[in-house]
Amino acid sequence: MTEPMNNKLIMGSQTLETIDEMVTDVVLDSKRHTKTWFMIVLAAFGVLQLLPIGVGWLLYQGIGIWGNNQPAAWGFDIINFVWWIGIGHAGTLISAILLLLQQQWRNSINRFAEAMTIFAVMCAGLYPALHTGRPWNDFWLFPYPNIMGVWPQWRSPLIWDVFAVSTYFTVSAVFWYVGLIPDLATLRDRAKPMWVKKLFAFLCLGWRGSVKHWERYQQLYLILAGLSTPLVLSVHTIVSYDFAVSIVPGWNVTVFPPYFVAGAVFAGFAMVLLLAIPVRAMYGLKDLITAKHLDWMAKIMLATGMIVFYGYMLELFYAWYSGETGEMTLLNWRLFGPYRYAYYALIFCNGIAPQIMWWNKARRNIGALWIVSLIVSVGMWLERFVIIPMSLTRNYLPSADKMYYPKLFDFVVFGGSIGMFITLMFLFVRFLPAINIFEVKEQLDHMKKHDSEHELAGVH
Amino acid sequence: MSHGVMEPVKNYGVVAEFETSDALIAAAKKAKEAGYARLDAYTPFPIHGLSDIIEFRDYRVRWAMFFGGVIGAMTGITLEVYTGGFDYPINAGGKPFLSWPAFLPVMYECTILFSALTGLLAMITMNGLPMPYHPVFNVPNFERASQDRFFLAVESHDPNYDEEKVIEFFKKLKATSVSVAWEDQ
Repeated sequence: MTEPMNNKLIMGSQTLETIDEMVTDVVLDSKRHTKTWFMIVLAAFGVLQLLPIGVGWLLYQGIGIWGNNQPAAWGFDIINFVWWIGIGHAGTLISAILLLLQQQWRNSINRFAEAMTIFAVMCAGLYPALHTGRPWNDFWLFPYPNIMGVWPQWRSPLIWDVFAVSTYFTVSAVFWYVGLIPDLATLRDRAKPMWVKKLFAFLCLGWRGSVKHWERYQQLYLILAGLSTPLVLSVHTIVSYDFAVSIVPGWNVTVFPPYFVAGAVFAGFAMVLLLAIPVRAMYGLKDLITAKHLDWMAKIMLATGMIVFYGYMLELFYAWYSGETGEMTLLNWRLFGPYRYAYYALIFCNGIAPQIMWWNKARRNIGALWIVSLIVSVGMWLERFVIIPMSLTRNYLPSADKMYYPKLFDFVVFGGSIGMFITLMFLFVRFLPAINIFEVKEQLDHMKKHDSEHELAGVH
Repeated sequence: MSHGVMEPVKNYGVVAEFETSDALIAAAKKAKEAGYARLDAYTPFPIHGLSDIIEFRDYRVRWAMFFGGVIGAMTGITLEVYTGGFDYPINAGGKPFLSWPAFLPVMYECTILFSALTGLLAMITMNGLPMPYHPVFNVPNFERASQDRFFLAVESHDPNYDEEKVIEFFKKLKATSVSVAWEDQ
């Protein structure tokens, strides 16, 4: 499973035409789709059915079918919310931050990662919406003049979260669609059946690639990247405020915002690898998503993993250094309490397992990379478990000493959201260009010019 | 037509096709030197510096995004100050009703939301989109403008526009093909 590596970000002797063939034909040519795609979507769609079952029963019976209790009012619902939204962050990081830093290697993975962001935020949004207990009243979360004369409490991180997550979803969707417009025009021009042509002509708004269009387009694209960069940092910072602003032991720490953001990127890159590895193999995109790309993603995963691990160590240090009884009780609860296995598993998944990424051999071994990504995804889920129910089940008063156990329907809804995510991801790969065509072409054009300059100068 | 007299149909302009981005850039420079002022180019990806060559500048999108952001910030803070400070003040832990640091996150998110949506609208409307029909789509082979070919157009409202001469001019530049983009009836 080891793949050879060279320094090229676009492999093989590509021309503009072969890029079109590779990327658009995945959408336009149904022969590019094997039975595997169909089986995956079918299986994922089957798992997705858990969602209507779980949510339907939840609406009928109420939150009692979940394991949430007092004092652990935040259980799987909030764990999964934070987990999903964290996964989304890698998409914005790749598309916005790496664009601003002029990291050209992002070009073949940004579209894919942005789609992942949108679907992950959709999954995330499900949980707080259901967690309110009466989701049909969820519009109360938004400020609107109402007959009750009530407005939100603006000093609460929970309302900040409403604004952060809804803005994040909207801006990510805008960014994704704007990036798609020129590629949809390419699809329009390459499609053969009239109705497909018309569909893409409608979706691309009649884009014709005029230099005047591109000029305005690039202004928008660049500023959107500039806006998304602080946005993505703010979203997980605000998610961490949900915890850090409270006085619950283990939550009330200033390290939370940076450590949450790093954790989000860590989990997100793991998910990109988890999905990109099978997709590039299935669709013959190995020349565009090269071993080099995977290598760099693995390095980012390693770096952010180290930051997260540092965060875990600091948490322990803070608890000891603060000398607070509540904090020390929690520290004991984490290390030696009944949930300790979750904590040790977390340390293994996020602290130890990613360390093999230091070795070149491990980063080039596709199988190893995939397994580490899976371990990291599990680890990041465990992190939220360690933070949320563990802190709630032991703090200042004996009245808070009560165990939290998830129930069957916690798993049903969680499984359903995973099914939804995979279904959407694979539908996306089938029906929209999974690689940003125009940016890869631009990069190829640059590369070719660069090469010919070298030839002229006699350097080779 | 109901008038009974056919108006002469005005074409969109003359469009030349080139195989590489370098050829297009060279042609655009020559066309500018030759005195053509109303130029446009159609390319599968943005080409750095091309808009400078044809002297097209439009900073309205970025200004729209700036003002969208300013309006977003004002909206956010006004909403919070009015509702939280005056219309429905909630006593939470005895903290001041107008605690501005706590108002920053929402204000900030509103800034970004308004700016992004304004930018999207500005780009679409200023580009005249959605526009399903444009005479340049009548140019043979134009479907490759979004794939692997580069097109340069001299538009018919150019003061120096003379169809025959422009065609000659493009042929000298070794364009792969030169054609007139006619208007549909």
